[in-house]
Amino acid sequence: MSETQSADGFRAELRGWLEAHCPAEMRGGGVNEGGVCWGGRNWVFTSDAQKLWLERCVAKGYTVPTWPVAYGGAGMTRDQEKIFTEEMARIDARVPLQSFGIWMLGPALLHFGSHDQKLEYLPPIARGEVRWCQGYSEPGAGSDLANVQTHGADQGDHWLVNGQKIWTSYADQADQIFALVRTDRDAPKHLGISFLLIDMEDPGVETRPIKMISGISPFCETFFTDVKVPKDRIVGTENRGWDVAKYLLTHEREMISGSGALESGGRPLGAVLRDTLDQLDATLRADAMRCEIDALAMGLTLERYKDQAEAGQGAGDASAMLKYMGTELNKQRHELMMRAGGSAALEWDGDLGNRAGDWLRTKANSIEGGTSEVMLSIVSRRVLGLPA
Amino acid sequence: MSTLVRTEEETMLADMARGFLDASAPVGAFRKMRDAGQTHDAKLWKEMAEMGWAGVLVPEDAGGSDMGFAAANVIAQEMGKTLAVSPFLSTAVMAATALRQVSDARAMDALARIASGDVTYALAVDEGIKHDPDATAMEARSDGNGFRLTGKKTFVVDGAMADRLLVLARTAEGLTLFDIPANRAGITRHRSNMIDARDAAKIDFADVEATGEDVLGQVDSAMSVLRPALQAGQAALAAEMAGLAAGAFGMTVGYLKERKQFGTEIGRFQALQHRAAHLWCETELTASAILNAGRMLDSDPENAALAVSLAKARATSTATLAVQEGVQMHGGIGMTDAYDMGFYMKRARVGAEWLGDYSYHAERVAALRGF
Repeated sequence: MSETQSADGFRAELRGWLEAHCPAEMRGGGVNEGGVCWGGRNWVFTSDAQKLWLERCVAKGYTVPTWPVAYGGAGMTRDQEKIFTEEMARIDARVPLQSFGIWMLGPALLHFGSHDQKLEYLPPIARGEVRWCQGYSEPGAGSDLANVQTHGADQGDHWLVNGQKIWTSYADQADQIFALVRTDRDAPKHLGISFLLIDMEDPGVETRPIKMISGISPFCETFFTDVKVPKDRIVGTENRGWDVAKYLLTHEREMISGSGALESGGRPLGAVLRDTLDQLDATLRADAMRCEIDALAMGLTLERYKDQAEAGQGAGDASAMLKYMGTELNKQRHELMMRAGGSAALEWDGDLGNRAGDWLRTKANSIEGGTSEVMLSIVSRRVLGLPA
Repeated sequence: MSTLVRTEEETMLADMARGFLDASAPVGAFRKMRDAGQTHDAKLWKEMAEMGWAGVLVPEDAGGSDMGFAAANVIAQEMGKTLAVSPFLSTAVMAATALRQVSDARAMDALARIASGDVTYALAVDEGIKHDPDATAMEARSDGNGFRLTGKKTFVVDGAMADRLLVLARTAEGLTLFDIPANRAGITRHRSNMIDARDAAKIDFADVEATGEDVLGQVDSAMSVLRPALQAGQAALAAEMAGLAAGAFGMTVGYLKERKQFGTEIGRFQALQHRAAHLWCETELTASAILNAGRMLDSDPENAALAVSLAKARATSTATLAVQEGVQMHGGIGMTDAYDMGFYMKRARVGAEWLGDYSYHAERVAALRGF
C-alpha cells in the first residue's frame, strides 16, 4: 500500500478486494455477542466464515489498518483509513477483529514500547492470537483511579504482585492483562505506579465474572496472590505507569465516544426506530430528531478530532469531552429505542432480540473509562482553567 | 481530501478579522450605536468592503475576493463574538450567492457593486411569524410584459436601510424572485423596533411595478436561485451564532474565575464547573457542524442541505444555552442593561428565528435522514 497511490486508485483496489474476499455471512449484523471475533487462545469461532474473514484480513494487515506493516498492520495513512472505513461500511462488512489489544495496549506500546516489545507483543494482537484485558480499577480506586493499591514488591529480577482488580472486562476469556500496580508506596500516588504485563495463566492469578444488570457478565474481578512478574514485562519506566495509563485513557475515551455513532452501521435513528414503530408519536419523534442532530454533530466532531490528530494536534484533555458527549448520546439513543419498542422491548430475548440488555449495557458507558462527572471536572479544570 | 480542520489561510483570516473587529467593532461600539438609536454603521461596512469582506463571495473579475463559503463563515463567526453589526449576511453572503446563480452581465454588475460596498441588499421573504418560503402568498400579478407586486413582507432583516430588495412572490406557475430598488414606487418600509437593536423592517408592496429585467433567474423558479442563497445565509448565520456563543461563554468563564462569593471564586463550585464544562462540550459539537457546512457548501453545494440545517439547528441550541447560562451564572449583573450579556441574549433570540428556527431545520434534517 503506497502512500503516493491516488485516493481513487486505492479505493478501487480496496473495493475490489473486499468484494472478492469478504464472505457474505460477514456482511451485516454482528452486533450481538460473538458476532465479531475477539481473538485469543479461548476464542471459539462462531462460523467458518468468521475464521476465514479474520485470516484474510490478517494477511493484508486489515485488522489494524494504520499500524506499521512490521507490526502486523497495513501502514495506512489517515486518509486511506477513512476510505477503508467507508468501503467496509459500504458493504456493511463486520470488523474482522476487535480487542483491547487493538484499542488500548497497541496504541500504548506504539507510543511507549521499545522496538523489541513492539515486535513481541503487537503482531500477535494483530493476528488475533493473544487477547488482552485491562486491569485498572480496584474496589478503592474507581473515579480516583490513581489510588490503586495492588502492590508489586521489588524482588530483584521480578515483582511480587498482590492485590485485586475489578471491572476487568472479559478477564475470564483473556490471555494476558495489562495492569496498574503500585511499585512505590512512598511516592506521591501518581508517581508510584507501574504499567505491568501479566499472564493470566500465571500461578496466583484468579478471575471471577460479575453478573451485571443487563444479565451478562462482561466484567470480572481479578485477584493476584504472590504473582511473579519478570522485570522486562513493563511498559514505559518504573513508577511512571500513570503516564501510560493517562495516554491509554485518552484512547479509551475516544473509543467509547465513537461506539454510539458507529452503532447500527451509522443508520439514521429514524430508520432504526421505524423498524419497530410505523408511526412515531410526535413526542418521541421530536426527541429522536434532537438526538439524531446531536449524534450527527458528534460524528463530525470525532472526525474533526481525528483530522486534528493527523495534523499533529492531539485531543489531549478534550478527549474527556468526546467521551462525555458520546456516551450520554448513546444512552439517549437506547432510551429512545426502548420507548419505540414499547412492551415488546421489555422481554429478555423477545421479538426485539436483546434490546433491553443493550439498553442496560449502555448505562455503563458513562461510568466506565471515567464517569461523566469526572470528564466534566477534567474539562472544567484542564480545558477551561477553572480553579480546583 | 478536505478535512474538518481549519486551513492556514482560514486561521490567518480569523486572526485578521479578530484584530480588525476588536479595534473597530468591539461590543462597546455596538452599545454606542444602540444608545444613539442607530441600527447600522455605514462607515464600518465601507471598511469591511475595503478588506474584501463585502466581496467574499464575488468573483475576482467582478472585483471580489472570492474566498468561498467556509471563509464567509469564518468572518461571520468573528463578527458574532463581539456582536459586530453589518449587512454582511444579507448582502455579501445571501444576495451575492443569489446573483452568482445567474451571472449574466446585469448580475455581474450588481456583484461588483456589492464587492465595492456601494450597494446593500435585504431579502424580503418572510410573511408570517415563522420562516416558510414555500408558503409565500404575496402575489406578482402578470401585467403586460411585467408584473405587479402586492402584499406584505415581515422580518426583512436589514430591510429599512437596504438599497435593494430581493422579493419572493407568487407568479402563475410558482415562485419568482425579484431584484428591485427599495425606493420603487408603491413600496412602504416600516422600521421594526427590534430587541437586538438591528435593522429589520415590515414592508408593504402596493401594486409595485416590476419588469422582466427585474426577475432574478427564471420566472416561476425562484428556488434555483434563492435556495443556494438561503443555505449560504443559514450557514453564515449559524457561524455567527457559534461566534456569539463563544463570546458569551468567554465572558462567563472569565466571570467564574474572578467573581467571589462565600470567600472564594465561584468557579471553584462544582455545580457551576460542570455546567460550564457541559456548555463548552456543546460548543465543540457545534463547531464541527459549522466547519462541515462550510466544507460542503464549497465542495458539493447541491448536497449541502443536511450540513447546513444541522449547523443552524446546532448553533441555535448552543447559542441559546450559552446566553441562558451566561445570564444565570452572572447573576444580577447579567440582568442589567449596563452589562453586555443581555446584548448576546437578545441577538441569540433574533438569530434563532432568522432563516428558520430550530424546528424548521430539525424537520429538514429529519426529512433527509428518513424520519
